[in-house]
Amino acid sequence: MNKEIRIDPVTRIEGHAKITIYLDDAGEVNDAHFHVTELRGFEKFCEGRTLWEMPSLTARICGICPVSHILASAKTGDAILAVRIPKAAELLRRLMNAAQFVQSHALSFFYLSAPDMLLGWDSDPAQRNVIGLIGANPDLARKGIRLRSFGQQIIERLGGKKIHPAWAVPGGVNSSLSKEDVDFIKANLPEALETTRVTLDLFKSSFVNEETRGMLSDFPSLFMGLVSADGTWEHYEGNIRIVDSQGNIVVDQFDPAHYPEIVQEASEGWSYLKFPHYAPLGYPEGMYRVGPLGRVNVCDRFGTPLADAELEEFRAGTQERSGRVFDYHYTRLMEILASLERMERLINDERILSPRIRAEAGINELEGVGIHEAPRGTLFHHYKVDPNGVIQWVNLIVSTGQNNLAMNRSIKEIAQQHIHNGKFDEGILNRIEGGIRAFDPCLSCSVHAVGQMPLMLELEGPDGETLDRLVRD
Amino acid sequence: MKEILIRIDGKEVAAPAGSTILEVAQQQGIPIPTLCHLDGLSDIGGCRMCIVDVDGKIVTSCTTKIAAGMEVITNNDRLAELRRLNLELIFAERNHVCSMCVSNNHCELQDLACDLGMQNVEVPYAYPRLSLDATHPKFIIDHNRCILCGRCVRVCAEIEGAHVWGIAGRGSEARVITELGVDWGDAEKCTDCGKCVEVCPTGAIVEKGKATAEMVKHPELVTTLKERREND
Repeated sequence: MNKEIRIDPVTRIEGHAKITIYLDDAGEVNDAHFHVTELRGFEKFCEGRTLWEMPSLTARICGICPVSHILASAKTGDAILAVRIPKAAELLRRLMNAAQFVQSHALSFFYLSAPDMLLGWDSDPAQRNVIGLIGANPDLARKGIRLRSFGQQIIERLGGKKIHPAWAVPGGVNSSLSKEDVDFIKANLPEALETTRVTLDLFKSSFVNEETRGMLSDFPSLFMGLVSADGTWEHYEGNIRIVDSQGNIVVDQFDPAHYPEIVQEASEGWSYLKFPHYAPLGYPEGMYRVGPLGRVNVCDRFGTPLADAELEEFRAGTQERSGRVFDYHYTRLMEILASLERMERLINDERILSPRIRAEAGINELEGVGIHEAPRGTLFHHYKVDPNGVIQWVNLIVSTGQNNLAMNRSIKEIAQQHIHNGKFDEGILNRIEGGIRAFDPCLSCSVHAVGQMPLMLELEGPDGETLDRLVRD
Repeated sequence: MKEILIRIDGKEVAAPAGSTILEVAQQQGIPIPTLCHLDGLSDIGGCRMCIVDVDGKIVTSCTTKIAAGMEVITNNDRLAELRRLNLELIFAERNHVCSMCVSNNHCELQDLACDLGMQNVEVPYAYPRLSLDATHPKFIIDHNRCILCGRCVRVCAEIEGAHVWGIAGRGSEARVITELGVDWGDAEKCTDCGKCVEVCPTGAIVEKGKATAEMVKHPELVTTLKERREND
């Protein structure tokens, strides 16, 4: 007499997915599955195109984080051209990635997740969105919208447009930064920093306590992210570090070009999203997490004063690493702060204004890996080309996919915590969705479509009879 | 030279015998859309964009010579509809994806779609599975973006004199080819002059190493070259 609860589709995430919760005879939660129901096929249809088109082609994987794919693709191109890009190009790419972190993290926090925290998990679903947030706390909503806009405007100034800028290219970038752009960033940075500080303070005073931090599940796992040579938080270059929940370093300074040795992918029939895992531990034991919590857990420091002060408070003097899913929100805000501080450094570096921004070269390697940190986690692009630069093979391991095992674990734990005797209500389902939302999954990317749809949940008996139904418009 | 009188959009015009309707219209400042035509190359009337109404009959203005008493209409609802349908057929025949294209924002086909008010393509797309040839060290031919205007064929034969480009196959199977169908990189007669790149109106023949929207062409160079040669 097994029963299923389905949340279909999951709302306030980037893409289409559903959740099925499997109940046993007693109405207790047996298992839970997060199904990604989109199929894209980018890896296949990139074959036969040229290396130089790949940044803009793969950018179309996503309208939320196109910059991440553009940069990873351009870096793969650098590897295949076998060039070291000019310093100005590196600084400019770093600036765009920092802007991407600000806009993407602000979108996740203010638009998608803050309504749960500020309006309440059990509040009226019709109001539990960014519009409701504007009604309840117009000042915070305005600040959040302006913060995201700041990131978007930097991307537009650098790349010519906010979404899908065809700007980073194999060998560098194709336009430089003007003095006016630098002045714009300088003029608007203080407000962005202030918004982030105020939001972090509000977040810590209102939402960071043992009850809230534990509510979206808490479990041990490995964490992965890039760090610089001295272990500092890194978002553009660096090598892979993996730590466990006790803070022990499992893998350090691992060359990302050899990623298949540590990251492998498994598939399940019930989801189009693959299951990357840490290869030496196998599947599914090799569960690891990436993204804000992953990066913050692997790094020794942010390397900028405000963010480092936050990190010290977050770590609270322990070596152990947080396994709380709720802390994705916390670390996301910390990363906005770090990105803004990095931005400040970048625009004060005179080298960023150099007109030498692109290394020209032909095809010098037939295979290349490009890796960097996207807002949602480590992003891998790996191409093979023929001697003329025509793409023969593509493998993309995207950030969201790497959190797939952890997202499934999270919803199972939340469901087990709240659903008993087969009983649930809308607020419980929202908490389960919240366990997914905290990861800020981007399903457009993960299955290499975007939308927000009404939610339907059904509790089904074994003969397919609908025992209960909840519909959210 | 003998001049003859025609009426074009109701206006009586005198022009030298042997002129085409397109030439007369251009001299009079009357706009007629073109695509396969390029000043300096011979005309083939291939793209059918420059169609006009002559005494009730639809003809291509680039290849039709004027005749005494001819009544020409260069633009009316029927012509606009026919040109737009024709353009939609060109788009539907191959895989034109502007957002990825190296010639985005610098493309004669794209400009024409804007000028003629093509909002969408109502005929079904053919989505042919086509390849690109990147074997030439400097250039790429991408058949997905070729509209078979034949400018590459004409410039290579008439201006460069190399006769590398040709067209093989018929109808929807037609393809531009280098020499007798060898890879471009193996075409021995190719002088690497790049004139075919400059005259190609779309992102079909392009320089290697250009990323999306980076390819800017200068077909007017060929026009100037031809004029200078004639004036020497």
